Amino acid sequence: MDVLIGAGVLAATIRLATPVALAALGGVVTERSGVVNIALEGCMLVGAFFGVFAADRTGSLPAAIAAAVVAGILLAAVHALAAITFRADQIVSGMALNILALGLTSYLDYQLYSTTGTPSTIPLVPNVHLGFLENAPVLGGAIGDQSAIVWATLAIVVLLQLFLFRTVPGLRLRSVGEHPRAADTLGIDVRRTRYWAVLASGALAALGGVYLSLSVAGSFSDNMTNGRGFIGLAAMIFGRWTPVGALGAALVFGYGDALSVSLQGVKVAGVEFPVQLLSTIPYLLTVLAVAGFVGRSRMPAADGQPYESEGH
Amino acid sequence: MALETPIVEMRGISKRFGELQALADVDLTVHRGDIHALVGENGAGKTTLMNILYGLYRADAGTTRIRGNEARIAGPRDAIHLGIGMIHQHFMLVPPLTVAENVVLGDERGGPLLDRRGIEARVSELEARFGIRADPSAKIEDVPFGVQQRVEILKVLYRGSEILIFDEPTAVLTPQEVDDLFQIVRTLRGEGKTVILITHKLREVMAVSDHVTVLREGRNAAQLVTTRTTPAQIAVAMVGRELREIAARSGTPGDVVLEVSGLTAPSDRGGPALKGIDLGVRAGEIVGLAGVGGNGQSELAQCILGLRDASAGVIRVGGVDVAHDDPHRTRRRGVAYVPEDRRVEGLVLPFSVAENFILGKQDRAPYARRGILRADAIRREGARLATEFDVRPADPDIEVGSLSGGNQQKVVLGRELSESPKLIVANQPTRGLDIAATEYVHERLLDQRSRGCAILLISSELDEIRDLSDRIAVMFEGRILAVLPASEATEDRLGLLMAGHVEAVGERSGTSPA
Repeated sequence: MDVLIGAGVLAATIRLATPVALAALGGVVTERSGVVNIALEGCMLVGAFFGVFAADRTGSLPAAIAAAVVAGILLAAVHALAAITFRADQIVSGMALNILALGLTSYLDYQLYSTTGTPSTIPLVPNVHLGFLENAPVLGGAIGDQSAIVWATLAIVVLLQLFLFRTVPGLRLRSVGEHPRAADTLGIDVRRTRYWAVLASGALAALGGVYLSLSVAGSFSDNMTNGRGFIGLAAMIFGRWTPVGALGAALVFGYGDALSVSLQGVKVAGVEFPVQLLSTIPYLLTVLAVAGFVGRSRMPAADGQPYESEGH
Repeated sequence: MALETPIVEMRGISKRFGELQALADVDLTVHRGDIHALVGENGAGKTTLMNILYGLYRADAGTTRIRGNEARIAGPRDAIHLGIGMIHQHFMLVPPLTVAENVVLGDERGGPLLDRRGIEARVSELEARFGIRADPSAKIEDVPFGVQQRVEILKVLYRGSEILIFDEPTAVLTPQEVDDLFQIVRTLRGEGKTVILITHKLREVMAVSDHVTVLREGRNAAQLVTTRTTPAQIAVAMVGRELREIAARSGTPGDVVLEVSGLTAPSDRGGPALKGIDLGVRAGEIVGLAGVGGNGQSELAQCILGLRDASAGVIRVGGVDVAHDDPHRTRRRGVAYVPEDRRVEGLVLPFSVAENFILGKQDRAPYARRGILRADAIRREGARLATEFDVRPADPDIEVGSLSGGNQQKVVLGRELSESPKLIVANQPTRGLDIAATEYVHERLLDQRSRGCAILLISSELDEIRDLSDRIAVMFEGRILAVLPASEATEDRLGLLMAGHVEAVGERSGTSPA
């Protein structure tokens, strides 16, 4: 039983789900405004690197997180410029920025830390110890000692859900993603709304990168995000473009990942469990979700479409 | 009345788009509390003039006075500030949001938190005042077009507009919804609002307006008082000539060409769209299919063409069962199709006129040889058909998307009618077309009938159905309620059938197909 729902598996699920969830939340914000941002992978990667870099240079954790978030925002700003102002193809722009982010971080990592690796003395994001859970079975092991970023993510999910569906700016953001011309005729600034959303998505993904480098690994390594930004986009789709749904989907994916570790070497009826196949389940679920087999998944109507106001 | 300052007074308005003089020295005077119809053919400049009033375009010359004061309207915001609101032809609504949210969007009032109850209460209040019915908490995507249009009206009223511009408001409405709309428009007038109605439908002008301004080719053609004019007089001013009478029918119908029996088919949403359709169309006969949109007419057309799978029943064309054929095979049997939405289903807009003329025949000689397209043969045929079907400009190389709606439809007709089909399925063939283009389409269809073609004409325009058809079938909720000879199909009778009242027609409801 422990390999299925033990404290270790649950704790690993949360650890694996957090960066995916943060990328997915970024995806929800930007796509709800009508901009597809696959550069979230790159935003996450620069977040991971510049978090470590700033932690090394300043020795200050707040400065490190701020630098990471700014790096994610800057990369997202390039995407916003291309996608919103110049109405470029959003997939092409996003892919180019991912390659740029990979090259840039690998280059800087090599130039700065090739001989020594990233320093081990940098300040890391602390874990939150929930002492009162110490003796609670399963729960204590699962959530009693998780990174502060995990709890921050939970708070962001709640706040984002409320923002999108219970506030006026959230209503306007959704209207821009569904029918930008209607929003425009009502005096809502489509471009500005979309810029804000894309920048916010960069910040959220970068925070996911910080979690990887300054919380889980304690260091930076080349391409350490390893596609988690893309998996975040899958979680966003599976979660039907809502923050709560995205978190749920990220947890499902994280659980699948955790199982593929905990079931390693476990034999069922004398045959070794095929963990590699198990880890494909989240992606199968995503394909089914996109194809409409798992619930009704509908993207924002103007998602990915550049908007041109009626000039004359 | 004559002494009162007009609420809108536009004088000497001119506007040029490149080569095109869209408006030349146009005047428009609208009095407070008036329903003023602004009519003209497509391209006459009605919408351009209203876009200038609403601030979407800047006039090259001329003045606009609102309530006697000269107004500079640089954008919709200025227009809204002056109390001018526009109800767009293509609705500007956000489908997943509620009616109330759409009404207040951009002007939500009451802090950053979304106060759903408060918003819905405010919208209900507005609805009560103007006699407009729409559930404030319903989502736009779940309500019919008629309700969506009421939401557009509410949006404008919510922003305090005194002058409401309706841009061709009835294009997507059912006859019942049109009646409801006109009732609302009259209520608005009763509440002291001023309404400018852009339209080219004479019936609507006569039904609801007080004054009429007619534009033709960017100039004033007539200014009339509705009670002192006739539809014919307005039509002459719009078109610039007398309209041709629809030729009396000649000859008797021949053999049955299309025979549908027991046809059932699912809708896109899963439920049944067709529940046992029996219908026949003979050679040299036009059968009109009347009904409120969405009662299965389009699904029937799709089944005949092979675009939709029937779940049961038989469709015979010239005696051959085509129920399970794909569109390519069905077309080869001599079935032509004028689809409901020419821009989506009828044409490939970025393709040239010539390319659109040969779509569906592109794999045949002379347009292709051994899999290679023959550009010269395609162009030659394109030039020929463009001339024959009066496409303007008659240039085979021009992009179809750049043509007017009427000329786009001529390209569809040219492709579909040029190979002497046995059967034509025409779904809303004149939707959105002006009087002259509609007249052209009608004449082409009547030519085909004279030639001996069987025609199934689907239309939500009762006038069109009654003018052209030999027999009229009325569809309601996936069934054909009755088939009437045109001579017995009065407007009242059709109207009742379209609303599903079978008993009103008594014995006739069981009339079997030909």
